[in-house]
Amino acid sequence: MKRFNSKQVTAFFRVIALVLPLLLSANTLVSASTEPKAPVAVSASAAVSATAAAPEEEKAGEVIMHHILNNNVFAFPPFGEVHLPKVVVGGFDISITKHVVMLWLVSAALLIVFSIVGGKYRGLSARQAPTGLSNAMEALIDFVRLDVAKANIGHGYEKHLPYLITVFMFILFCNLFGLIPYGATATGNINVTLTLAVFTFFVTQIAALKSHGLKGFLQHLTAGTHWALWIIIVPIEIIGLFTKPFALTVRLFANMTAGHIIILSLIFISFILKSYVVAGAVSVPFAIFIYLLELFVAFLQAFIFTMLSALFIGLGSAHEGHAEHEAGVAHH
Amino acid sequence: MLTSGIILLEGSLLSPEPGLIFWTALTFVIVLLILKKVAWGPIITALEEREKGIQSSIDTAHKAKDEAEAILRQNRELLAKADAESDKIIREGKEYADKLRTDINEKAQAEAQKMISSAKDEIEQEKRRALQELRNEVADLAVKGAEKIIRTALDADIQKKIVDSMIQDLSTKRN
Repeated sequence: MKRFNSKQVTAFFRVIALVLPLLLSANTLVSASTEPKAPVAVSASAAVSATAAAPEEEKAGEVIMHHILNNNVFAFPPFGEVHLPKVVVGGFDISITKHVVMLWLVSAALLIVFSIVGGKYRGLSARQAPTGLSNAMEALIDFVRLDVAKANIGHGYEKHLPYLITVFMFILFCNLFGLIPYGATATGNINVTLTLAVFTFFVTQIAALKSHGLKGFLQHLTAGTHWALWIIIVPIEIIGLFTKPFALTVRLFANMTAGHIIILSLIFISFILKSYVVAGAVSVPFAIFIYLLELFVAFLQAFIFTMLSALFIGLGSAHEGHAEHEAGVAHH
Repeated sequence: MLTSGIILLEGSLLSPEPGLIFWTALTFVIVLLILKKVAWGPIITALEEREKGIQSSIDTAHKAKDEAEAILRQNRELLAKADAESDKIIREGKEYADKLRTDINEKAQAEAQKMISSAKDEIEQEKRRALQELRNEVADLAVKGAEKIIRTALDADIQKKIVDSMIQDLSTKRN
């Protein structure tokens, strides 16, 4: 709830400044119309907002979109903003945008954290238990290793383990960094999630090709049906190949974006209604609640993406019949 | 609310950004490669080693338990055997002691019997010899008496004296 652009943050500080004395029962700043006659105040402000509703809401929508979307400005209100460089190479726009910076920050954090953890493991004998940070990270890694990779891929899961752990940690850190004030959620951008899903797609198809061979892979596309049905089945199967990464893309993107939009919308309720009571009683508590929920969702979505990636790899490389394949997909 | 409508209509939420895709792919691949070498390798190796270590520890513990149970069983058998052995030895000892005692008793009794009988024999023999001697003595005395009587046959007094003296002799001799 604390990630804001200039307009938002100044507005937010205004709310805090006015809610604080209200909570402390000091009515010096706030005039007599607010606290003692709270219901009246609400109805009055509601009446005011009814007249000014349309422009206010348009403004709120713009602000929210500005916050959610990618752009070339990294703003640190009220301290100012950093304009990011625009890079064009060979006609391609590869500008360093806000989300690229977040990706790099996440990567730096990942590299620092896991170099430390990895370094600790190098000096660790099999009889010693890790402590602190290594222990916490080991819990996550072991979870991905056993409950995600081994449970879904089965035999030969070690080969895909680095990819799965990296994807899990990458998405998790992106989600969590998006919840830090001034941060932006890179995984809330469909281009980022699409790229990650495409990686999963390639890993899945390569695993399938390796375990079945080209002939088995092509046979898989016919779903074991009669040749007369191939004209229908083959396109469906090919579409089926692409729906999985598409679902991964949209799931992660939509989940991360939705949470942020909810938090911002809750904050903007108080601005739209122009009521400090609403801000203190509804916007802030509810936004905090959604923020905590977002913390959970950050872990959940990282887990789901990794889990489904592992499942697709497992299904692609499994030696079972087509029936189970279909059942597995239907199940998820 | 109108806000949500504006967000949906905005459209730029789904707008493609090739630059971002490029950077994401590049960043992700580099992070993957570095972390694979720096972190996942050692961590997963350590985890697998620990798993193996725990498994082997459990196996060793099971083996040790089985061994200990076998040894315990063996010990119990040995103890039972030793008990039986000691019982047997005690019983045999007792039997031997009993036998020895009865033997010694019997022997002693036989010995005593033998000694008694030999003493009796000796007494008998002594008695006989004494009687024999007495008889010989008496016979000699009788012969001597008769001789004296015959020598002094002419005189009755003398005879009488002889007899008297003989008797007197006898009595003195006896004393």
